[in-house]
Amino acid sequence: MSVTPRANVPRFAHGSRVPGWDDEVDLTKPPATVPDPAVTEVPDELRTEIEAAMAKYPDRRSAAIPALHAAQQLHGWCSPEAIAQVATVMRVTPAYLTSVASFYDMFAMAPKPKHDVYVCTNITCSLLGADELHEAFLELARIDTDLNVCSFECLGACDIGPMASVNGEYVGPLTIEDVPQIGADLRAGRTVLEHKQLRYRATADPNARGSDAQR
Amino acid sequence: MKPLLFDNIDEPGLNTLAVYERRGGYNALRKALQMPPAAIVQELSDSGLRGRGGAGFRMGQKASFLPKDMFPKYLACNADESEPGTFKDREIMQKSPHMLLEGLLITTYGAGINEAFIYIRGEYQLQGDILEAAMAEATRAGYIGENILGSGHNVSVVLHRGAGAYICGEETALLDSLEGKRGNPRLKPPFPAVEGLYDRPTLINNVETLATVPTIINMGGKEYATIGTETSTGTKLVSVSGDVQRPGNYEVALGIPSRELIYGLAGGPPEGREIKMWFPGGSSSPVLTGSDADLDLAYDFDTMAKAGTMLGSGAVIVIDDSHTVLEVMRKVAKFYAHESCGKCVPCREGTNWTVKMIDRIESGEATPMDLDLMASIQTHIIGNCLCVLGDAMAMPIGSMVEKFRPELEQEIEAARERAGAALMSDVIPIGVTDPVF
Repeated sequence: MSVTPRANVPRFAHGSRVPGWDDEVDLTKPPATVPDPAVTEVPDELRTEIEAAMAKYPDRRSAAIPALHAAQQLHGWCSPEAIAQVATVMRVTPAYLTSVASFYDMFAMAPKPKHDVYVCTNITCSLLGADELHEAFLELARIDTDLNVCSFECLGACDIGPMASVNGEYVGPLTIEDVPQIGADLRAGRTVLEHKQLRYRATADPNARGSDAQR
Repeated sequence: MKPLLFDNIDEPGLNTLAVYERRGGYNALRKALQMPPAAIVQELSDSGLRGRGGAGFRMGQKASFLPKDMFPKYLACNADESEPGTFKDREIMQKSPHMLLEGLLITTYGAGINEAFIYIRGEYQLQGDILEAAMAEATRAGYIGENILGSGHNVSVVLHRGAGAYICGEETALLDSLEGKRGNPRLKPPFPAVEGLYDRPTLINNVETLATVPTIINMGGKEYATIGTETSTGTKLVSVSGDVQRPGNYEVALGIPSRELIYGLAGGPPEGREIKMWFPGGSSSPVLTGSDADLDLAYDFDTMAKAGTMLGSGAVIVIDDSHTVLEVMRKVAKFYAHESCGKCVPCREGTNWTVKMIDRIESGEATPMDLDLMASIQTHIIGNCLCVLGDAMAMPIGSMVEKFRPELEQEIEAARERAGAALMSDVIPIGVTDPVF
């Protein structure tokens, strides 16, 4: 009896899924301490925002996430410079902030294009064609380098699936044809695909999926 | 049934104080402040209200766990709604933010709390902005602040925006995240009611739970308990999505037939399609099938538990027969593998290996034995971690393997043929390099 050889199938590469897990590190270097306010310059408005955030909580470290949001807004990503500035105001080590920032999906640990397009690819949206939509956005991002296209986990808008969050604005249900329009809207600085924005949607719209909804 | 939370929810301007007050808003707060705090907790207990975030724990009981004589105590409102399929809290915060605030303020008074935090997921930018505007209006009107409405009760409310992490919806991870750390769950006990935020007693409630409180105070706990079933009282917001004709949020009295929810309200699957399976309570709940027995189940906490699944957050995801089980399994497993915080080994490894095994099925490397292995991995995750994120993957995956085994076996066989691998009858055991037949 003949034995068919086992097919050569792609396997997972060895190691972690987390990018940078195998980056070289200098173990002899002393750890960075809380930056010296005399040498680290912090833009005034960033300092004011972080201090206001710290004042809201019983413990100043609670302001880590709001402070990183503010710094990312200013610098475009959580760069070492941005982290150092937050650390200066909050009086914590850069390592502490890096550990926090790297945990959350909305903080970028590498430079990113300016327009965030989060495409929801979770269960409901993918049933309705989100994977093709994500592909189409990636295709567009190859030409338009201002787009930061990520596949994101459930964004909490399954009623308008497949959907995307474009610079924080929820739009859906989207079709592949909407993708170039969104790109054009972003380039022109217009509000994105206004007729499909979640903010205008009624709670349970009987015509959510067009006229065939009548039963 | 007249909706309680969703009564004319789409009225323009309901998110502003003027419209909310015109409709009788903040009257429940006025009424509550005339009552002794213990009477508020008693009303909540009488109402039988069960937490709407997923665990279904009785809210009145939870509030009564807080020690009376320890200060400060905190309230954390869990608005980190990220359970796949769930979008009900978003609707409340976007359309009627004052309803949430009013419930939150009544609860702080009842439980003797002076500082409240609302942890909203960072992706909900619009809802966060609306809530922030509502908080500013309520502060100006004297509902939030010192000595509210002359009652002597002081309360501050802080809106805290997260930054994208599913695990922060878990109550102890939420507390860590609120303290400015990575969102890792904590060991329980001590429970948050004893040692929570900043190691102080903390009450944690979901948005929908808190938003129901004004209704309970207005109508009285006993009256509220007459709605729904005996052990699942009141109404529930159900997010129906997936392969249905009218996806959206529906408010239903607990205990209605699931069929009424899926076919009656949401319009059922598209023309010519049959329901293959459905998640009754978000992607963490074991799936039910499209069989009449499953569709006739009453939609309430206990019936779902008896059927081996759970009501969870009240998110019904319907999947019709145009999709394969494998496709759904892969999405579920990948999601939990990505969102596992990595603190506990069974969850971190179990979720990742489940993804790898599903990929093996697709690449044609698997045998039906892998299904047994997959099922056994799930039993090693459940109950062995600090939080239930791993369980939340194990339960639906386990139920899909159990309920759709024949289909999965066919998939395995088809994938092997596609990959040109040996057919099932020719399989040789792993490690045997020179088989002798």
